[in-house]
Amino acid sequence: MLSRVANSIYWMSRYLERAENVARFIEVNLHLNLDLPEEINEQWAPLINITGDRELFAQLYDEPTRENVMNFLTFDRENQNSILSCVRNARENARSVREIISSEMWEQANRFYLMVRDADKNNSAVDNPNEFYTAIKMASHLFDGITNATMSYGEAWHFLQVGELLERADKSSRILDVKYFILLPDEEKTGTAIDNIQWAALLKSASALEMYRKHSKLVHPSKVADFLLLNRNFPRSVLSCLDRAVHSLHAISGSPLNAFSNKAEQRLGRLLGDLNYTQIDEIIAEGLHEFLDSLQTRLNQIDDAVYETFFTLRPLTNNNMQFQSQA
Amino acid sequence: MPLDFKSYQTDNYYDELIQPSGEPRTGAKILVNRIESLRDGDILSRHKAAEASMYNMGITFTVYGEEEGTEKIFPFDIIPRIIEAQEWKYIERGLKQRIRALNLFLDDIYHKQNILKNKAIPEEIIRSADSFRSQCVGLDVPQSIWCHITGSDLVRDGDGQYYVLEDNLRCPSGVSYVLENRQVLKRAFPVAFEASRVLPVDDYPSRLLEVLQFLAPQNLSSPNVVVLTPGMYNSAYFEHSFLAQQMGVELVEGSDLVVMDGFVQMRTTHGFQRVDVIYRRIDDDFLDPTKFRSDSVLGVPGIMDVYRKGRVALANAPGTGLADDKAVYAFLPKIVKYYLNEDIIIPNVPTYVCADEKERKHVLANLDKLVVKATNESGGYGMLIGPHSTAKQREEFSEHIHKNPRSYIAQPTLALSRAPVLINNHFEGRHVDLRPYILFGKDIYVMPGGLTRVALKKGSLVVNSSQGGGSKDTWVLRE
Repeated sequence: MLSRVANSIYWMSRYLERAENVARFIEVNLHLNLDLPEEINEQWAPLINITGDRELFAQLYDEPTRENVMNFLTFDRENQNSILSCVRNARENARSVREIISSEMWEQANRFYLMVRDADKNNSAVDNPNEFYTAIKMASHLFDGITNATMSYGEAWHFLQVGELLERADKSSRILDVKYFILLPDEEKTGTAIDNIQWAALLKSASALEMYRKHSKLVHPSKVADFLLLNRNFPRSVLSCLDRAVHSLHAISGSPLNAFSNKAEQRLGRLLGDLNYTQIDEIIAEGLHEFLDSLQTRLNQIDDAVYETFFTLRPLTNNNMQFQSQA
Repeated sequence: MPLDFKSYQTDNYYDELIQPSGEPRTGAKILVNRIESLRDGDILSRHKAAEASMYNMGITFTVYGEEEGTEKIFPFDIIPRIIEAQEWKYIERGLKQRIRALNLFLDDIYHKQNILKNKAIPEEIIRSADSFRSQCVGLDVPQSIWCHITGSDLVRDGDGQYYVLEDNLRCPSGVSYVLENRQVLKRAFPVAFEASRVLPVDDYPSRLLEVLQFLAPQNLSSPNVVVLTPGMYNSAYFEHSFLAQQMGVELVEGSDLVVMDGFVQMRTTHGFQRVDVIYRRIDDDFLDPTKFRSDSVLGVPGIMDVYRKGRVALANAPGTGLADDKAVYAFLPKIVKYYLNEDIIIPNVPTYVCADEKERKHVLANLDKLVVKATNESGGYGMLIGPHSTAKQREEFSEHIHKNPRSYIAQPTLALSRAPVLINNHFEGRHVDLRPYILFGKDIYVMPGGLTRVALKKGSLVVNSSQGGGSKDTWVLRE
């Protein structure tokens, strides 16, 4: 397929997944703050830290208040990672590949954008945040469902999967990081009631609480991290996302799973190998936050490799020049 | 109160559906009876449902100069226009004649120029045309066809006579709306549609694909056909994408293509792949920065050389805009006579060419009665509608014409025919034109129907979508 089309499909699904996850971040923070002891003020700065847009936020707003942060992450057009920017970009990408995706998929991408745009106008997100952010998640799920029910499992579908899964892996790792940035008062130590409540809220924001409970009954920090990072079966865990992404990459290139034929396969395969043979105790011992940081860096490098491998085909300039000078 | 046509006024205009007596025309009887038998509010709700589905499907065009929500649905009226079989046969014959003559004309102009040597039309008109492409001189185009896709604009005057207003030979757009409108109308009036015996338009994409494949360089069993778009910010992007999808071919942008090893190739995730036929929806000027405008980023550097060698086909051929020039248009009756030795079947609107001194004088003296048009513009831009103009506007145009007479023509203001349009739960007459689409491949095919454009503003004569126009489905009836 055309490189440009593959690029658009990849970003269409990345942006939709990103919009969904920003909604999850905001949701978890709303819950976490509800459970904070009274003497502690609401904390919204951590959200800006984990999305990595601290500098831009500082340029645009004074204080990381609830209102400012929610607006920055949801509707701010200056912020390329706000939900509105994401769904707008996703829709623009969808529009540029309308003839490749099913019309139902395009229609959902279009509806999704119109819904967020209207919410910006009529203030419904501020009036009823729970309902709004739930609607964002549902709109993204609906798009996934429509995709899987209407699109052939061909090359385009695999690019869509790679985009969605890499994005989801990155964001699941960042959801874990929320906990790192939330400040607890000195007397509150890990393992206390409030700590456990927060870990549970975190699982909930990844839609993981019920599945986690089937896996380990009690909420325990290292087990939560284990579940969100290394679980093989949970669809939002980093390992499970990357495992499916590697299958799609190999379906695109046609090379066998245990070998690599391009840089993207090599980098992703190596990261997956590391995760496959890592235990959560080792991660905790070396520092969870540091591990997540390096994971995110490696995911970015995989994204770079996908770009170089599939989207930036350069003609051999010699041939090109030769032909032009013949004329 | 149910909708009916009892209070509908034709106001001395030729009406496409209703006779001056208030009775429906023969072909419209079934439809009018059906509409009048519907329950109150039924049509309005059908109309709203149709609009909502168009909006969600993004069947939209882009309005320039507005920031967000730059897309609007092309306003659409639910009452179809009806053309009876006999009338259609006339239109079909007339359009085929024009296209044959225009293609012979283009081939002659870019080769021997016999028509100029024989002084059948003034040489000066061609020499001075901005749309003449010197890059195309001596070009042997595939199958000697220059213009494969045409969308001529027809209008009707007060007496019901059809005229060709202009021939759009470059990249005529709108055919996707015809196909979408038909889908919507089949759902809105299934009973009347079936009983009226309407000719189908739905096979247009497959016919277009046949034409494009026909142009492919010889001996290719399955040529690679693509649609070339300027990109999704172009106002007709929906159509480009729609046609590519319906034909099952790739939609490409200039940056997807590259000239390599003497062929046009597209960049894919598995390397380069050769392209054989390009239905290009970008103007000549932007096609090849090494031959036309050097600042173009929409085109493909070197593509004209490949084309000249017959290693890729372009539809339409570059250079067709010459026959689109409104001053050249004025000579079409002579062009038809010269190449086909026939009288023109569908007449032109009488046209005064300002390059001619005598005609210019007439135009300048009658600016308040005439419609003045720039010869090299389309889309309703660069126009003065005399009877609706202010003294200041006429002053401006008079200056333009004095300064650059070759760039202007003028035509009498026609009493354009009207058709009923649904407005706030009743019907009102609005002016319409008709753009049928013509394909020229192995033979000439005229799509039965086409885009009926309607000036939705009361009294307005401008039907262009960029100027507040809308569209209607067009039903051509079987014999």
